[in-house]
Amino acid sequence: MEKRYIYADNAATTAVSENVLQSMLPYFTSQYGNPSSIYKLGRDAQKSVEEAREKAAAALGCSPSEIFFTSCGTESDNWAIRATAERLAAKGKTHIITTAFEHHAVLHTCAYLEKHGFTVTYLPVGEDGVIKPSQVADAITDKTALVTIMYANNEIGTIQPIAEIGAICREKGVLFHTDAVQAVGHVPINVAEQNIDMLSVSGHKIHAQKGTGLLYVRKGIPLPNLIFGGGQERGKRPGTENVPAIVGLGTAITDACADIPEKGERLTKIRNKIIDGILNIEGTRLNGSREKRLPGNINISFLGVEGEALLLLLDSKGICASSGSACTSGSLDPSHVLLSLGLPHEVAHGSLRLSLGEDITDEDADYIIAAVKDVVTRLRNMSPLWEDIVSGKEHTKKLLPFVSKITLV
Amino acid sequence: MLYSDKVMDHFANPRNVGEIEDADGIGEVGNAKCGDIMKMYIKVDGDIITDCKFKTFGCGAAVATSSIATEMIKGKSIDNALGLTNKAVVEALEGLPPQKIHCSVLAEQAVRSALSDYYTRQGIDPEPILGKPAQHDEHDEHAG
Repeated sequence: MEKRYIYADNAATTAVSENVLQSMLPYFTSQYGNPSSIYKLGRDAQKSVEEAREKAAAALGCSPSEIFFTSCGTESDNWAIRATAERLAAKGKTHIITTAFEHHAVLHTCAYLEKHGFTVTYLPVGEDGVIKPSQVADAITDKTALVTIMYANNEIGTIQPIAEIGAICREKGVLFHTDAVQAVGHVPINVAEQNIDMLSVSGHKIHAQKGTGLLYVRKGIPLPNLIFGGGQERGKRPGTENVPAIVGLGTAITDACADIPEKGERLTKIRNKIIDGILNIEGTRLNGSREKRLPGNINISFLGVEGEALLLLLDSKGICASSGSACTSGSLDPSHVLLSLGLPHEVAHGSLRLSLGEDITDEDADYIIAAVKDVVTRLRNMSPLWEDIVSGKEHTKKLLPFVSKITLV
Repeated sequence: MLYSDKVMDHFANPRNVGEIEDADGIGEVGNAKCGDIMKMYIKVDGDIITDCKFKTFGCGAAVATSSIATEMIKGKSIDNALGLTNKAVVEALEGLPPQKIHCSVLAEQAVRSALSDYYTRQGIDPEPILGKPAQHDEHDEHAG
């Protein structure tokens, strides 16, 4: 098969689209004014920032005054959670509810708050990677300040029942934040209809540049500042606006949300083809629900194979992907997301995440399936663990229930 | 993560992969839970390691360190293999990222484990020669 180049790591980052880039370019050179300045160059810049705000609001179903531009999804998460927690602690609300498989931007903020007197409930995720709304309802106490649950998981792409969780929180009078970094542009979002109080967005996941994001904060929620300075972003998030980035984010979020159903249908078809093709390999499993899943997300574990080795060989075949193995997480433990599903370390080490881009083709899918089969076979042939598995060694038997049937030799 | 060209070469084209059916010594170190297992086979004639093969489950560095370790002991004397250090493995690979140094330790241990098995099969107590079997440092807590 002729070598291809396939970028299948769109959950990590995306390319800035041509349309986004063109919309940004004037703001680096001719339209370089500071939006706080009084003259026309400044006023024009301010107008562009406000237009971007309107676009973001239209995409999310809120009003422009509820949008605050930030530097990234991590900043948005930190701000929403930490500022809310610290404000409500003064009223005796010192409990936070989240899940075991959040992004580190959320988990590490919660860990920080735990060190400062807060109690955090980490809801277990379960095998399919989808939280049940009743889990949230059951966890809420009269001390609960905030529920923060991601919209869609970054590794396994599972989509959470956000509207149901939103309704529960609203009814119980608890604030609800969602990290929607992976969801925006892939699933329809309406913050008003879904009772979302705060929502984080990252630009570079939707073809805007890196270093740009936003936080939606529902009107009437007094969110304290995370940083202090001038009057930008209504004094809530000061610092001279990154005008080109904000303009680009406005373009990107409009483009990303313009054709969600069509894009989703096409991607889902190709995604399912790849999933089915790869699951033909014995000793594999799809991680996370197949149905409640982002259209472009594939996360599969291969028994007897280590994730980083898989990625390096796929890279040599022109495929960019990622893994939740310990070697790629930079720690001794594999991904906390995969472990939260109840997977043994051995199964989590052999995981592969493919996150497809809109430009993926049927031919790409065929190429990916063939390449993965080839690479997995190659690595299994040199794997003493695989050798133990297929020869039915006792210590490997506990792994078998987690994967598809393996022919023992 | 930046691997040297040498690491990438040994990962992409590993030397001496496989098994030796009538091996004189077989060593296995690491464990699946930690994500790396190395199995090393040696064939010995007199004082010389005439053949050496390996199988590894693990990351790029784990494959590369085992591959180069087989090259470093094959055709050499047992004494030479006894002197193989993880530092020498790292140097031969023109460096390893800090978080991958443990792979070179594992490669050294795999060689020593194979030698230990060889001595045992010869009816020689390996402990006075090799010392107590090396523990797989921080990974050890997972062993079981």
